[in-house]
Amino acid sequence: MKKIYSVLVENRSGVLSKVAGLFSRRSFNIDSLTVGETEDKAVSCMTIVSSGDERTLEQIEKQLNKKLDIIRIKTFEEQMSVSRELMLIKVKYNKSNRREIMETCQAMKADIVDMSKNLMIIQICDTPERTRLMIKLLSGISIVEIARTGTLALQKCE
Amino acid sequence: MIGADAVIKCLVKEGVDTVFGYSGVAIDPFWNSILETDIKTVLVRTEQNAAHAASGYARTRKKVGVCAVTSGPGATNLLTGIATAYADSIPLVCFTGQVDSELIGSDVFQEADVTGAAESFVKYSYLVKNVKDIPRIIHEAFYIANTGRRGPVLIDLPADIQLAHIADFKYTDEPPKLRTYKPTVKGNTLQIKKVTKVLENAKRPLVCVGGGVHLSDAEEVFRKFIEKHRIPVVSTMMGLGILPSDHPMYYGMVGNNGFQVANRAMNESDVLLMVGARVADRAVSAPDLTFEGKVLVHMDVDPAEIGKNVGPTIPIVGDAKHIFEDFMGESFYCSHEAWIASLNNYRTMVRRGDVKDTGFIDSPEFVRTLSGKMDDDAIYVADVGQNQLFSCRNYIMKKGSFFTSGGMGTMGYSIPAAIGAKMADPERQVVAVCGDGAFQMSMMELATMNQYKAPVKIVVMRNNYLGLVREHQHFTYKDNYSMVHLGSDPDLELLSKAYGINYIKCEKMENMEADIDKFLKSDESCLMEVMTDPTETVAGTIA
Repeated sequence: MKKIYSVLVENRSGVLSKVAGLFSRRSFNIDSLTVGETEDKAVSCMTIVSSGDERTLEQIEKQLNKKLDIIRIKTFEEQMSVSRELMLIKVKYNKSNRREIMETCQAMKADIVDMSKNLMIIQICDTPERTRLMIKLLSGISIVEIARTGTLALQKCE
Repeated sequence: MIGADAVIKCLVKEGVDTVFGYSGVAIDPFWNSILETDIKTVLVRTEQNAAHAASGYARTRKKVGVCAVTSGPGATNLLTGIATAYADSIPLVCFTGQVDSELIGSDVFQEADVTGAAESFVKYSYLVKNVKDIPRIIHEAFYIANTGRRGPVLIDLPADIQLAHIADFKYTDEPPKLRTYKPTVKGNTLQIKKVTKVLENAKRPLVCVGGGVHLSDAEEVFRKFIEKHRIPVVSTMMGLGILPSDHPMYYGMVGNNGFQVANRAMNESDVLLMVGARVADRAVSAPDLTFEGKVLVHMDVDPAEIGKNVGPTIPIVGDAKHIFEDFMGESFYCSHEAWIASLNNYRTMVRRGDVKDTGFIDSPEFVRTLSGKMDDDAIYVADVGQNQLFSCRNYIMKKGSFFTSGGMGTMGYSIPAAIGAKMADPERQVVAVCGDGAFQMSMMELATMNQYKAPVKIVVMRNNYLGLVREHQHFTYKDNYSMVHLGSDPDLELLSKAYGINYIKCEKMENMEADIDKFLKSDESCLMEVMTDPTETVAGTIA
C-alpha cells in the first residue's frame, strides 16, 4: 500500500533531518521526499511518499504529528492525488538514433533542453509512472545521468 | 544582563530550586550566573547521572527536573540519561554548553552536534542562535517537557550566546503559543460514555495501569474510581505503586516477569482498559493474541501510542487524571463479583514456594522483608537486572513510590535517581536497590551523596555476576558463560569507608531481619551488601 503525505513544516534548519530521521529510526519506508518553500517563506511543504501496511502508514502519520516542527499533515492515497515528477536525463546520441529520440520526446511530451554534438538533456515533467516509462523507452540508448525530484503531489480538487 | 543571567532568571521564574550537573568551560557562564540565586547546585560525578538525578527529582516532586553539562563529551555523556527519561516520559529540561556560534560545524575542541545526536530521544530540542530567544525558548521548553506526554527537552547553549548582552528581558506566565503543539488533555465525552456502556455490560472487566497514571498525577482519582466500581487492576512495571500491594482490587504486575494471577486476569478479561501504558513487549509479548476477542479500551495522552502495537476497540486520547475525573462524573453500574471471586480464588491457589536454604540470602524474601519494614511513604528505587525483577515481583507497596528505569533499562540508574529523590524530599526515606553490576556503573555518586548530605540507603545485591545476563546465558547458551563474571572486587566495606558511608553485610538468612532493621534504623546513609546466590534465577520463582 502506498500513501502520500503532504506535510507543512516550519522552514528552519534541521527540520528535514528531523523528519527523515524519524523515518529511519522507526524503520519506515521513504519512497520519495521532496521539499520546497510555500507562499509563506516561514513554511515549507514536504511531499513524502511511503509504502507499508495499514498500521505502519497510520503510525507514520501519528509519529509525524508528534514532531513539534510539523504544522499540518494531509494524507491521501495515490489515486486521490495529482502527482508530478520532474526528471532530467542526459543521453549520448548519434546520427542513427537521433530521430527516434526526438520522436519519443514528442510522444511523451518531453523537451530537449540542452544539446551538444553527441549529448543531449531531456526534461520530462509528468506522473511517476510516465517518468518511469520514459526511462524504459530510452533504455535502448546510452543514458549518461539522471536527476529526479521525487513525487510532488496535491490532493485532487474533488 | 548577559545570556547566562537570562537563563538563570528564567529558571527562577519557573520555580526551579535544584540543578544537577557538571561544569566545563562551555557551560561556565551558566554556573557563574547561578551563584547569584538561591538555586541549589549539585555536582554529580559523571554527566549521565545528572539526568538520572534530575529524573529522580522530577518523579518525586512531580515537576520538571533540570540538569546542565558542558559541550562535547559532557553532552554526549548526558545522552544516556536523556534517552532513559524519554523512554519513561520523565519531564526534564537539559542544558548543554556548546562552542561559540561561529565555530559550530568546524569540529573544534569539545564540539558535538548534540541536538542532532539526541533527536530521536528528546521531545524537542533547541540550539540557541540569538540571545534574545532565551526567555521564549526556556518558557517553551518547560511547557513542552511538562505537558501532554511528558519528556526531556534539550537546550544547546553556545558559549558566546551565554555571554552576549540581552537588552529586554521579558518573561510571561501565560502558556506559550505554539502553533504546532496542542496536546489533547481532555478525553472525548462521547468516547467516555461509550466506555461506561461497555463496562456496564462487562462480565470480566480489568484495568491495566502504566506509568502514565503516575505522570498525570491521577493516582487518587483512579483509586476512587476503582473502589467505587470494584474493577480488578493489574499494572505494568512503570505502573507499580498506583495501588498498594494489599489493595483488594490489585492483582500485581503483568508481563513475562509478572504474576501468574495478573497474566491470567489479562487473558481472561472481556473488557480491558489499558491506561497510560505503551503495550510494550515486556508487558504484553503478543498483543494481537492477548487482546483477541475482547473489548480493548486504550487511553493515552499520546495519540501515537494508541494503535502502535495493537488496534483498540475504543481509543481515548487524553490525560488520565482528566479522564478519570470525567468517569467519576458518570453514573453507571457494573456487577462482576463472580469474576473477582475467581481471581481471588486463583490468587490463593498460587502459593509462594518455601525459601530454600542455599547458604545465601534469598532475594525475593529479602525484598519482601526490606520493603515491608520500610516507611509507609518511602521511595524505593530499583536498578536494572535481577534486582529489578525481584523488586517488582516482591516489593510490598504501601503509600510510597517505586522508581526504576522501565523503558530503557539503564543500569546504574538507581543511585543517582535516589540522590535526586532524596534532594527533592529530604524527609522521605529513600532506598536504592541495585546489583553489583549496576552499582559499579554509578558508585562514583557515593561522593555526591556524601558531599551534599543526601543520606540514601543503598542495597547491593551481590552475586559477583551480571545476574540477569547470566540467567539468559544459563537458559539460552546452556551455561556457556561469557562476559558475565565480575570477580569479587571491589571490597564494598573498604569502599564505603573511603566515602564515609556506613556499611552492613547481610549474609545469613537467620540474621537478615536484624540486619535490615539496623540498616533502616538511622537517618544516615548506609550501604548494605547482600550476599545472594549467583545461580538464583528470576524465571524459577513462583508468584
